[in-house]
Amino acid sequence: MKIRANTAIGGFLIGVLVATAVTAAFWTPFDPLRVNLRARLQPPSALYWLGTDEFGRDVLSRTMAGAGTSVTVAFLTVAFAVVIGAALGVVTGYVRGWTDRVIMAVNDALLAFPGILLALGVMIVVGANKFGIVLALGLAYIPSVVRVVRGTVLSIREKEYIEASRVIGNSEFYSMARHVLPNSLAPVAVLATSMFGWVLLAESALSFLGLGVPPPAPTWGNMLASSRPYMESAAWLSIAPGLCIALTLLGINLLGDSLRDRLDPRMAHG
Amino acid sequence: MLGYLAKRLAMTVPTLLLVAIAVFTLVRLIPGDPVQVMLGDTVDPAQAELLKQQLGLDQPIAVQFVYWLGKVVAGDLGHSITNGLAVLPLILERFQVSATIVLVSVAIATLIAVPAGLIAAWRQNSVTDLAVVGGATLLLSIPSFWLGLLLLLLFGLKLKWLPVIGYVPFTENFGQALAFVLLPIATLTMIEIGVLARMARAASIEVLRLEYVTHARAKGVPEWLVLGRHVLPNAFAPTWTLIGLVLGNLLGGIAVIETVFTLPGLGRLLVDSIFARDYPVVQGCLLFTAAIYVVVNLIVDLCYPLFDPRVAAE
Repeated sequence: MKIRANTAIGGFLIGVLVATAVTAAFWTPFDPLRVNLRARLQPPSALYWLGTDEFGRDVLSRTMAGAGTSVTVAFLTVAFAVVIGAALGVVTGYVRGWTDRVIMAVNDALLAFPGILLALGVMIVVGANKFGIVLALGLAYIPSVVRVVRGTVLSIREKEYIEASRVIGNSEFYSMARHVLPNSLAPVAVLATSMFGWVLLAESALSFLGLGVPPPAPTWGNMLASSRPYMESAAWLSIAPGLCIALTLLGINLLGDSLRDRLDPRMAHG
Repeated sequence: MLGYLAKRLAMTVPTLLLVAIAVFTLVRLIPGDPVQVMLGDTVDPAQAELLKQQLGLDQPIAVQFVYWLGKVVAGDLGHSITNGLAVLPLILERFQVSATIVLVSVAIATLIAVPAGLIAAWRQNSVTDLAVVGGATLLLSIPSFWLGLLLLLLFGLKLKWLPVIGYVPFTENFGQALAFVLLPIATLTMIEIGVLARMARAASIEVLRLEYVTHARAKGVPEWLVLGRHVLPNAFAPTWTLIGLVLGNLLGGIAVIETVFTLPGLGRLLVDSIFARDYPVVQGCLLFTAAIYVVVNLIVDLCYPLFDPRVAAE
């Protein structure tokens, strides 16, 4: 019963998010970048459902466009981290020896950084832009993927079917790509789900600090940052973007829980 | 026991070295010539060459690293480009602010979250459990900087109970200092309760299923004693590890909270220095925070045998 509620609410929230992001790519009520100084800081009304910001831009349109940016950045980052991390994890776990030791030493050093700090460091190097964030956050989360995949691979490589694949004359690379990799992806699915949430939060945090996606392109993080000076006179500016981040994270957390319950049913039933 | 401690301590040295290499490399990768940044646009080539020699930038990169590492180990993190102050004292001063907020909020969050998680696990799938899990998941999903903004809006601007901007050190005026850090601490506490309560619940559920719990109950041990004596100590170990990670992550991400509440902490120093292109300070902050993260996790691991003696025995 609880599992189904988790999946339903989580799925609904993420469904709305994706639908909004897709819609925003084609249509928003107003141009999210259009400045209209005569309509500065308007409270929510029939025309501007969520009000307007300090440049007279429509908050609803900007929030929708922000969903597009956040989903794109989070999706690309997770894909980047999972592809590179899974490849490194399979190689290091399967080949062992010096390759393993070197990759894991670097990996553990990166894990010794709090993720957001590492991302901050990389952002300084690559500069604040959309692809810089994907690179920075991707690099910050690759080490966790490597660790999880390597652990799974270490147990899989001892299985009979891998031995069998070798015996019938398949190359090491073929065995690795065809048999080890697909079988080590289940734990990555759970990790990737939570990672989507962390990345979204980290991107908002970086944009909030002014080190993420640069204005005028709207993201929920930089919208919150620019709402600060108007907190007293225009509180609506801080509500919509923050609520969107919170609801998205809630959706991700609920979906992650239901996914984990399915893979590890012991936690669901007493 | 001693073997475990020694092994864990020895593992820290290569980690710290790799952290130093990572920070050194990262800062060297920043585009632009540091000499040009320091001297500004009007560069006299001879002056630039002199400064380069003074900074050791004409040496091979490996030599630069060893030289730099030697100074770091001696506690010399260089001087700020913007104001010429020594970096380490600057960091330590700012770190006090961040550390106070983070430590106090994690301590309060633990005191609330662990009992809540334990009770939720004890009454698994009841209304209480659902309320704890639901509440924790909700708290987990709220971005700290948004919760901070909302609290500031409510208690600072609408109710006017607490100051909105500023900071006073505790040594100067305890009451005023408390008023300034109350909201940041409340924000972080609420966020961390979410993470910790879920972990405490999951760990307690695992332990409640074990046979010695059934045995204790069969012996007629009162339920509160079963929970307090047998379940809590064993369920606390995984939560304790998580507390270490939470502390480190909070320190790494403290900049957002310090930005919301305009506190002069370490995170704010890092972000301000990034904008000011004050790379010695940036480098110092990255290195210091990463080192603190390593040390916090070391302390957590060293204390681990207190909660789970099996670790040291292995």
